[in-house]
Amino acid sequence: MPSTPAADDQSLVERAQAGDEEAYAILVRRYSPALMRLARMYVPTAALAEDVVQETWVAVLRGLERFEGRSSFKTWLFRILVNRAKTRGVREHRSIPFASLGRGGDAGEDGDDGPTVDPERFGRDGAWTSAPRSWEDDPEEALNSKEARRIVLEAIDTLPDRQKVVITMRDLDGLSSEEVRNALDLSETNQRVLLHRARAKVRTALEDWIDQ
Amino acid sequence: MVELVTDYLEGALTPPDRARFEAHIAGCAHCRAYLEQMRMTLQVAGHIEPDELDPDTERGLLDAFKDWKAGGA
Repeated sequence: MPSTPAADDQSLVERAQAGDEEAYAILVRRYSPALMRLARMYVPTAALAEDVVQETWVAVLRGLERFEGRSSFKTWLFRILVNRAKTRGVREHRSIPFASLGRGGDAGEDGDDGPTVDPERFGRDGAWTSAPRSWEDDPEEALNSKEARRIVLEAIDTLPDRQKVVITMRDLDGLSSEEVRNALDLSETNQRVLLHRARAKVRTALEDWIDQ
Repeated sequence: MVELVTDYLEGALTPPDRARFEAHIAGCAHCRAYLEQMRMTLQVAGHIEPDELDPDTERGLLDAFKDWKAGGA
């Protein structure tokens, strides 16, 4: 999320409710890029993602007067986006099976419930035999590079859809666990398992890149 | 430990499990490195900004507010 050091969402929402166009513009600028990135994960083209974002803000305007802030604006906004994007994704034959969630606590539906680190890296006693290197000494500032961010994005792109959405909302968009759970109707455990598997794969991708 | 790292970072371990986790980490440099790698991974991810909005798209989104204000939306 862009780190505008400015007004908090709730006060901007209240100003927008009173007809303040500038306040609304700040909200639109603050969230639309992230909404677009997320929408793109549900629909096959950028143009469709743009439609979804547009529909989302129209829905926000329709509900704005009634919005009381019982959940955060962010939760409300992302929830609308995800619902619109899912509907559109189904229509375009590319849907994320969030509907199949809720059966059991793990991410096994993705055919993906094994260990997150290659078991070959541990001995029979469970101790590391091929240990992770320390990244604290990163003299070339590799992790601060554009290339590192590209590696992470590439890794995220190859994740199963639900892991992709969860890690993007949590670690790229900076939503809290509660906000993500409410936006996606996920249980606490499910959210955490999806996040865990996603993060582990992204870490592995960075490690492979650094150690190459 | 590698399968508990997210539970740990999310504050989802019970106090005794958390204590055991921290005791292990204190004595195991490799696991400490793994945890640190995970933290740095999150840091890299946190610096990935979405693409900026196309100005035409932004204008469209803002125009909708004027319609709404005029009672049209």
